[in-house]
Amino acid sequence: MGGRTRTVATTASAFALLVLLWELVKLVVPDDGVVVGGVRILPRTDDASMPHVSTVIAKLGQPEVAGAADARTVGAAVAQSALYTLGLALGGLVLGGVLGVVLALVMLRFRLAERAMLPYIVASQTVPLIAIAPLVAGWGGKIAIMGWAWQPWASVMVIASYLAFFPIAVGALRGLAGPSRASVELFTSLAAGWWTTLRRLRLPAAVPAIIPAVRLAAAAAVVGAIVAEISTGTRGGIGRLIIEYAQTATGDPSQLYAAILGAAVLGLVAAGLVSLVDLALWRYRGAIG
Amino acid sequence: MSGLASEKSARSAVELTGVDKRFGDVHALAEIELTLDDGEFVSLIGPSGCGKSTLLRVVADLEQPTEGTVRVGGKPARQARLDQDYGIAFQQSGLLEWRTVAENVELPLHVHGVGKAERRARAAELLELVGLADFAGSRPGQLSGGMQQRVAIARALAPQPKLLLMDEPFGALDEMTRERMQAELLRIARESGAAVLFVTHSIPEAVVLSDRVVVMTPRPGRITEIVTGRRPGRADLEPDDVEDVRETAAFFTAVTAVREALRKGHG
Repeated sequence: MGGRTRTVATTASAFALLVLLWELVKLVVPDDGVVVGGVRILPRTDDASMPHVSTVIAKLGQPEVAGAADARTVGAAVAQSALYTLGLALGGLVLGGVLGVVLALVMLRFRLAERAMLPYIVASQTVPLIAIAPLVAGWGGKIAIMGWAWQPWASVMVIASYLAFFPIAVGALRGLAGPSRASVELFTSLAAGWWTTLRRLRLPAAVPAIIPAVRLAAAAAVVGAIVAEISTGTRGGIGRLIIEYAQTATGDPSQLYAAILGAAVLGLVAAGLVSLVDLALWRYRGAIG
Repeated sequence: MSGLASEKSARSAVELTGVDKRFGDVHALAEIELTLDDGEFVSLIGPSGCGKSTLLRVVADLEQPTEGTVRVGGKPARQARLDQDYGIAFQQSGLLEWRTVAENVELPLHVHGVGKAERRARAAELLELVGLADFAGSRPGQLSGGMQQRVAIARALAPQPKLLLMDEPFGALDEMTRERMQAELLRIARESGAAVLFVTHSIPEAVVLSDRVVVMTPRPGRITEIVTGRRPGRADLEPDDVEDVRETAAFFTAVTAVREALRKGHG
């Protein structure tokens, strides 16, 4: 548990350091930045470009639309949309996780499948997400599954899963193929079938490889969900909020920074949830070797 | 005559008839004829590549012979494997790190759906047998190499097999631990009543442990000679006697005989 406390402490102090650095830059670098020979090598630091951290924090408590008394606060809006996006990202993570593990199992079971599929799995990640997002949204608009009409948020989830499945497929394949020949033969000698060997040997042995893969996938799912929200124009999430706030950023950048802060916290929460899973599987950690 | 032969095969722990094994162009085993009686301890010895491990793997049904028949306890090798009639231990203990020592011993029973209470009881009994009762809850990583190997032997014994197959189980241990483990193994084999097929490339180890030492030569792997070991006629041997055995004349005679047989095979 000592290690866990230290992790939390390290994360907190890293955040404090970042805030300190931000304010230090603002203090030291002149408002107009540093220009050498006509090229600006350090950014502008005036309040319109780099608001004080305190301004951003204070902004969270202010109403979203200036002057409207009954409007929700910026903080509430950010939290609400971050939570919405978190839900979609986690949905995408689960979807991508299932897909990734299934692909890994198929590749494990049939060597031919590995040779046939792995290049395409790798290639799938080189296709830019913003090119795929409108396609998925377009297909989605035309289908209904068992009477259930496709919703825009479902497109976002699918796009998030598109990024999330990759690290899981690769990590799971590596982990599942990890046990030595001797271990596999031991199970053969015990007359254990493929499924029993999977359940009692390969899956437990794969945990140390899968957990970091899920952590990567969770981060990828968050990025995927935000980008998907933006490029499909889905309302309700933090991606859309960032776009909306960006339009007012020239006048009031602190609001945009508040939304970006929300997106960063969202990523941390997603990573934290994975750590909980990791904690639950402590027994299997460090099993490779 | 045929009646006598079938009676004999019903009694045999292992019976290999005309076994041949080829991996492509490599002739790994040729014309192997070997029978192990119930409770008999037989070592396979020979230089690298003589097929001694392959022979053991054929008995374990981890490899199929190209020709010939393999019967374990009177059954085809595959059936014997499915029925858990043998236990096996390799050079690497192959313990699962995420299981405790006791859970590792239980593994064969777990795979076969034996109930938890029965598994626990059997594991406790076996850990007692190999002298590791105090380590039931430990992780394999916390144990020394010799202790891990004893856990692997206990695991091999879990389904109460009539036959133990061991592929250089003490190969990775230091000399002192190795000698202690040999004495332990003799005691365990006697108490469990299992026949043992033991692969090694140490001449003294083969002689000290075995009723019979089977000498093999490579290219193609074949049996060239069978030497009577230190335990002729399955005379009971107290673990404490193992030390003394190494100093008897019979021991030196047998070691010399095995060495001669190996040299002849090379010439």
